[in-house]
Amino acid sequence: MMDLYSFFDQVWIARLAILKGLGITISISVLSIIVGSLLGVLVGLSLVYGNRVVRFVVRVYTDFIRGTPVLVLVLASYYVLSTIGIDLGPFQAGVLALAIFCSSHVGEIVRGGLQAIPKGQTEAAKAIGLTFNQTFAYVLWPQALRQFLPAWVNTAAEMVKASTLLSVIGVAELLLRTQEIISRNFMSLQFYFFAGFLYFVINYSIERFGKYVERKTAVPA
Amino acid sequence: MGYTLNFAAVWRSLDQLLEGLLLSLGLAFVSILIGAAIGLLVAFALIAKNGWIKRPAAAYVTVIRNLPILVLVLFAYFALPQMGVRLGKLESFVAVLSIYSGAYLAEVFRAGLLSIPKGLTEAGLAIGLTPLQIRISIITPLMFRNVLPSLSSTVISLFKDTSLAAAIAVPELTFEARKINVESFRVIETWIVASGLYVATCSVLAALMRVAERRLSVPR
Amino acid sequence: MNKVLLEIQGLRKQYGIVEVLKGVDCTMQEGEVISIIGSSGSGKTTMLRCINMLEEFQGGHIRLEGEEIGYEHNGSSRKRKSEKDIARQRALTGMAFQQFNLFPHMTAAQNIMLGLVKVKKMPRDEARAVAEKWLDRVGLASRADHYPGQLSGGQQQRVAIARAIAMSPRLMLFDEVTSALDPELVGEVLQVIKGLAADGMSMLLVTHEMRFAYEVSSRVIFMNQGVICEEGNPKEMFVKPKTERLAEFLKTSSFN
Repeated sequence: MMDLYSFFDQVWIARLAILKGLGITISISVLSIIVGSLLGVLVGLSLVYGNRVVRFVVRVYTDFIRGTPVLVLVLASYYVLSTIGIDLGPFQAGVLALAIFCSSHVGEIVRGGLQAIPKGQTEAAKAIGLTFNQTFAYVLWPQALRQFLPAWVNTAAEMVKASTLLSVIGVAELLLRTQEIISRNFMSLQFYFFAGFLYFVINYSIERFGKYVERKTAVPA
Repeated sequence: MGYTLNFAAVWRSLDQLLEGLLLSLGLAFVSILIGAAIGLLVAFALIAKNGWIKRPAAAYVTVIRNLPILVLVLFAYFALPQMGVRLGKLESFVAVLSIYSGAYLAEVFRAGLLSIPKGLTEAGLAIGLTPLQIRISIITPLMFRNVLPSLSSTVISLFKDTSLAAAIAVPELTFEARKINVESFRVIETWIVASGLYVATCSVLAALMRVAERRLSVPR
Repeated sequence: MNKVLLEIQGLRKQYGIVEVLKGVDCTMQEGEVISIIGSSGSGKTTMLRCINMLEEFQGGHIRLEGEEIGYEHNGSSRKRKSEKDIARQRALTGMAFQQFNLFPHMTAAQNIMLGLVKVKKMPRDEARAVAEKWLDRVGLASRADHYPGQLSGGQQQRVAIARAIAMSPRLMLFDEVTSALDPELVGEVLQVIKGLAADGMSMLLVTHEMRFAYEVSSRVIFMNQGVICEEGNPKEMFVKPKTERLAEFLKTSSFN
């Protein structure tokens, strides 16, 4: 009982640090998802509609990113950018790394979504006289979107999990804040549990939301 | 930019990087093997009709899949000793990655189990095999063949997760790369070579999985 | 002289509130070949599956050579037998399925050997010899090392029958074994079954092939809405059905 009381006491003392950490975690995730998704849509479109050269270059890019651990991307981005004279703080460098990671994921999802659409759809659209842009906007994209929205929502959960890696380069997100709190009160068991609980709540909500989106976007059959 | 590439320092430390890579592969191999055993049992539990078997399995998968692996790694190494569980760096990391892979592989295996026609179980029952014998001789081998294509990306992503061991100073590839980076100041070169090694290993793993897929595919 | 092989008494089976078998009684002598006919939903396949305990049933008795199948009866209460016991009992009957259900990752010979090795604890080389003998019997000696995916539907079904028969069951159950086959492949499978009948194998067949039922069976059972509606000698039944229902059924099914 005493333990639980002192734990909540410590949580109360550290409330600001925890909230700030949570805020940073959410900012990292949201920023990297937005930037990564925009990039990712470009990546996906180039993989499907690009000419041979574009396709090859983008393919190398995605394969390289997907073959590299996110932690390596984070570390490389942090160290390399400052070396070549681009002075970003750890936060920006980290977000950039996560956005790049996100872009390769989203790129694959977009490509998969577009390529899953039967060829007959394009042909039918051509047959009624739509231009390519119209075909894309009214026929292909809406179908692809349904395909990849659920997977895209799950990418969001991946990004929240990956945001913890920024603690390694000193970004004071939730995990680093937790470590700092533990270094003051030595309650490692309780506070790692607490951090894990917070991450679980966020990700589980995203997962449920993904399931909901999946139900909502299913084409009525 | 004022930076000229010079790989000399990195080449000198290549042995260090390769040793790190070897350790990464070792960690991945052992963890995935243990994880596959966990995953197989959990997958069977997930498709069980009995709620007392199914629910704990589902809870395990949901909890692990929604936690960042770094939190688990730090928890196992720094917090478990508070409960009297004191593991070395390697053991604690392998334990975490095994439990982590168990959850992901369970999901993959579950899908594989569901794709096996019920008639095969019935045919096994009809010749007098017990349910356990059917799981061992028919369902599990078929499930593995079914999931090989999707197993590839899971295995590769678990291999990449070994980089997290750097956070508790396990001298695997990422840890070694960071060390060389700090010691030699050849930042760009170090990370090019390190991620190159990761990318190459992932491609080899993917190729091996494709070979396994071809060799094991059911002839038709 | 003839000995009772199978005895079914008051067999009842329901899915939720739907009763599919409403008290089936039937006795089968050793060496008999009985065809069960009837429209879909009449309960004929379900009855077959109960004999092999692929379906649980809620009431009645099934006895094979006097041994109670599936459940331990104690006065009015009953308990499902252990999984091991049921497995042993299932091995006493062989079953061939509509969808063949061959194990796709095993060759024809391996499919047959599995039960011999795991259930009968036969040494592998002996099991292999038995498998080859039966493959030869169904005319597929040359396909022993082919995988199911490399065989035609008719060949697969013949392997499946060989797999069941190799366990030397006391009774063979055939569940619409030709329904999933292309018409030109039906003959080769029926030929195999006829051969088994000629050997004196006791067989229970659920079938839509009226001509075949007519030729091969010693007795025909017509099921309707979960009960046996009429049974008898095929020559009488097909030519002079006693019940209105059977007459109706025979009119809609192609018997030519």
